[in-house]
Amino acid sequence: MDLDLISNILYAMVRCGTPLLLVALGELVCEKTGVLNLGQEGMMLFGAVIGFIVAFSTGSLWLGVLLACLAGILLAALFALVALGCQANQVATGLALTIFGIGLSAFVGSAWVGKPLTGFEPLAIPLLSDIPLIGHMLFNQDVLVYLSFALFALITWALLKSRLGLILQAVGENPNAASAMGLPVMRVRTLAVLFGGAMAGMAGAYLSLAYTPMWAQNMSAGRGWIALALVVFASWRVLRVLLGAYLFGLASILHLVAQGIGISIPANLLAMLPYVATIVVLVLLSRDAVRTRLYAPVSLGQPWRGGH
Amino acid sequence: MLLTLEPRLQQSRRHLLLSPLLAALLTLLCGALLFAALGHDPLATFHTLLIEPVQDFYGVSELLIKAIPILLCALGLAVAYQARIWNIGAEGQLLIGALAGSALAINLLDWDSVLALPAVILTGVLAGALWAALAAWLRTHFNANEILTTIMLNYIALNLLLYFVHGPLKDPEGFSFPQSAMFADASRLPTLFDDVRLHAGFYLVLLAAVAVWVLLSRSFLGFQVRVLGLDSRAAGLMGFREKRLVWLALLISGGLAGLAGVSEVTGPIGQLVPQVSPGYGYAAITVAFLGRLNPLGIIVAGLLMALLYLGGENAQMTLNLPQSLTELFQGMMLFFLLACDLLILYRVRLGSWFRPATRKHTEHAPA
Amino acid sequence: MSIPSLKRLVLGVAAAIGLTATLGAHAADPLKVGFVYIGPIGDHGWTYQHEQGRQALIKQFGDKVQTSFVENVAEGADAERVIRNMAKGGYDLVFTTSFGYMNPTAKVAKQFPKATFEHATGYKQDKNLGTYLSTSYEGRYVGGFLAAKMTKSKKIGYIASFPIPEVIRDINAIQLALDKYNPGTEIKVVWVNSWFDPGKEADAANALIDQGVDVVFQHTDSPAPIQTAERRGVYAIGYASDMAHFGPKAVLTSIVNNWGPHYIRSTQAVIDGNWKSQDYWGGLAEGTIELPISPLVPAEVKTEAEQIIAGIKDGSFHPFAGPILDQKGDVRIAAGSVASNAELAGMNYYVKGISAQLPQ
Repeated sequence: MDLDLISNILYAMVRCGTPLLLVALGELVCEKTGVLNLGQEGMMLFGAVIGFIVAFSTGSLWLGVLLACLAGILLAALFALVALGCQANQVATGLALTIFGIGLSAFVGSAWVGKPLTGFEPLAIPLLSDIPLIGHMLFNQDVLVYLSFALFALITWALLKSRLGLILQAVGENPNAASAMGLPVMRVRTLAVLFGGAMAGMAGAYLSLAYTPMWAQNMSAGRGWIALALVVFASWRVLRVLLGAYLFGLASILHLVAQGIGISIPANLLAMLPYVATIVVLVLLSRDAVRTRLYAPVSLGQPWRGGH
Repeated sequence: MLLTLEPRLQQSRRHLLLSPLLAALLTLLCGALLFAALGHDPLATFHTLLIEPVQDFYGVSELLIKAIPILLCALGLAVAYQARIWNIGAEGQLLIGALAGSALAINLLDWDSVLALPAVILTGVLAGALWAALAAWLRTHFNANEILTTIMLNYIALNLLLYFVHGPLKDPEGFSFPQSAMFADASRLPTLFDDVRLHAGFYLVLLAAVAVWVLLSRSFLGFQVRVLGLDSRAAGLMGFREKRLVWLALLISGGLAGLAGVSEVTGPIGQLVPQVSPGYGYAAITVAFLGRLNPLGIIVAGLLMALLYLGGENAQMTLNLPQSLTELFQGMMLFFLLACDLLILYRVRLGSWFRPATRKHTEHAPA
Repeated sequence: MSIPSLKRLVLGVAAAIGLTATLGAHAADPLKVGFVYIGPIGDHGWTYQHEQGRQALIKQFGDKVQTSFVENVAEGADAERVIRNMAKGGYDLVFTTSFGYMNPTAKVAKQFPKATFEHATGYKQDKNLGTYLSTSYEGRYVGGFLAAKMTKSKKIGYIASFPIPEVIRDINAIQLALDKYNPGTEIKVVWVNSWFDPGKEADAANALIDQGVDVVFQHTDSPAPIQTAERRGVYAIGYASDMAHFGPKAVLTSIVNNWGPHYIRSTQAVIDGNWKSQDYWGGLAEGTIELPISPLVPAEVKTEAEQIIAGIKDGSFHPFAGPILDQKGDVRIAAGSVASNAELAGMNYYVKGISAQLPQ
């Protein structure tokens, strides 16, 4: 295997991992506050279709990205209204959001199927992109990938180094205590859900404006669900979300590359591996009940309404 | 705050009925606006969506066929959810049930015995239970969260099914297409009438509903399950073994999901195909919650869900209404139903804006 | 309440309201034609092309037909219901457009002998049930010829979905063309295990291009591989629909499934009362396969391609003319004969020259 091939694999790994990274970062923030939103697939598709329609009609890719984020926020607000406002079961609400989002995106986008669009092109950063091995991977991507790097850095800083991280943590671990300390639990949770929606919308825009610039029904093909698995795989730690997203990307790329070289493995068995790996990681992390509490937000998925 | 919520001390029966009615009204209202905005006569559309599919015996029988797998899964999930064991894996358990049952059935093609069907069904049930047992084992031994393990196991199950249906279980005379041979009649669920395909799975649902009802509300075990669901520490103090209940809840829900899977392949399909389930296991989660984890409620919710699927097809056929529109309608109804449950748990009061808050933390009323 | 009495009750109530009136079609009524689709009509691939066929039918017959479709019908228990509902609803002609609908279609066809059914890509026929498919291997062969002429790296890529005969047949057809027109050219096959996943298809295209492939074929539905080829500056050959506008500098041709002519013919036959059950294989000659060749192809290559197409059309040339050897070197189709439809329908081996192993 020559250096060029490895460099290309790494490049493809980042491209493939980026939508997962964006969704998973959003969901991570959301889950940190104790809210489990299973509606990622719906929000992502709605973001993808709105992003495409706006970019196609106005000619502005960036406007497309912006409105895709807003589209994600809109659906997330619906989730917040029902799951937080009305305290409906989060799992059921998330599933309803998925159904709703798939239907809505297909309905809105029916006139835009089969339309070609020039999406975000790779933007090589001079000098840096010539670094052997990693230059192509890190500095020859499109703008949205760079944006995902920046967002990752920002979220990492916010979660690990800022007061915001502590607030999110407190709300997710023990909402009653957080509320007693004067934290606006409901507001924090709502904002976290909306943030998750924006990230899912942006991931959708990445799909329809950069990764494969087009709109087709169900084009996310289950990536929203994989992102949910990733957050677990990462044991709610932001650095591991990045690693996980790229590992997932690498696994799917290697599978394709291996076939091209002539190594054939039953594809269905290979497709199971990431999920098996996630379970193994989960088991390793959860074995010690005390340490588990350090990872999964304690109040994950449980509704909360003021002190009783 | 214009509205405030006060928790109800007791769930009122009136509101238990009122909330779904309100949700239904809101859905119809919004749906009517949506359809009218798109140039369809709302009343005619509702007739096509909700009434036409079940206006004759044939329609009702098809509704029941569609509801059978959803109901079997949802009834099992009710047991697990009552114990606060969040099994999201009914889909995977269903697929494994179908896979294992089919694997036996295509080896029994020449065995014309009354025992063939029970053997196939039992295999499916056991396989579904076993698949759920994996999650139980991971939870009791490694403390791994079952929401997450069961989601992962769904994907693994789907890929296993695809592997077998594209490989070892493929019909050798089927031109390499991914489906098994048709099962022998001896391993097919009998149909109940000559002219419709409603099958004996219908009785299995009734049986399961009664069994789940007895288990949950009439047995000591059910009492333990509910106590565990309410307060695991209390359950511990009372000497219930949590681990045993986790196993039980998952085995029961997995077994019923496996039954759903095997009743699909031995019932209406008659062979193993890649698309045994268009997401019945996920639909069942929604149905279980909509039915408030109560067997009777689940039956109503499951029939409604099935009706929406059938109505959607009908609307496509007769009105050329796109499928996406009925999905939208479905999602909307689920949202309203979930949101209106607020009425059961809380009393909504108007005008607290003008009154000083009497309790702490009222500012956390919903946004 | 026992079930039979429940049945009587329901029937009674329904009859009382007078809702059971499902009348058969009268002679003057438009012919009702139904379509059952496996995917969404917005997939821009397989289902989209069938929908185009339905549109062509409407255009041709206007008021004389009344058509409708149900999309996203799962190949499990749902298929039989949808097909039967069409038959019950007085549909005279029902097209079921995916392989997995075979057994349900056959079952419903038996129960509704007066209605006519046509099932795409299957192998079960009946008095009122015909089958039809497009011989995409003819298009692949011509595509293989273009690839042989245009490749510089002598490496061709194929993004495949599932190892079913249709896909294997098409890969073989390309290999046969490569052997003839540019011996030593290698075909690399990547299975993506999906008919439709734009992201994965794009990744597969990238992986192939990274390995030196400079013409990309696809047996999946989305235009993503075309876009990728365009971006990476290599050639591509589209599938299902004409994908040229997704890659004007990349697409040499697209193997377009044009179902309109067949749907129009069958409908006309049913209207005329002379429809007969058959196993219809439509290809270049019948207009079921179209190959819009791009101006990217040099004139002399295009002329030669058109000669091959003409040969296939008039029957003087068949891509699977013997001798055809499999990977082990065993003769599968003897010299002097061409593959029968049965041999093509059950093709489960790679021809000699393909180095990869067929996944099991």
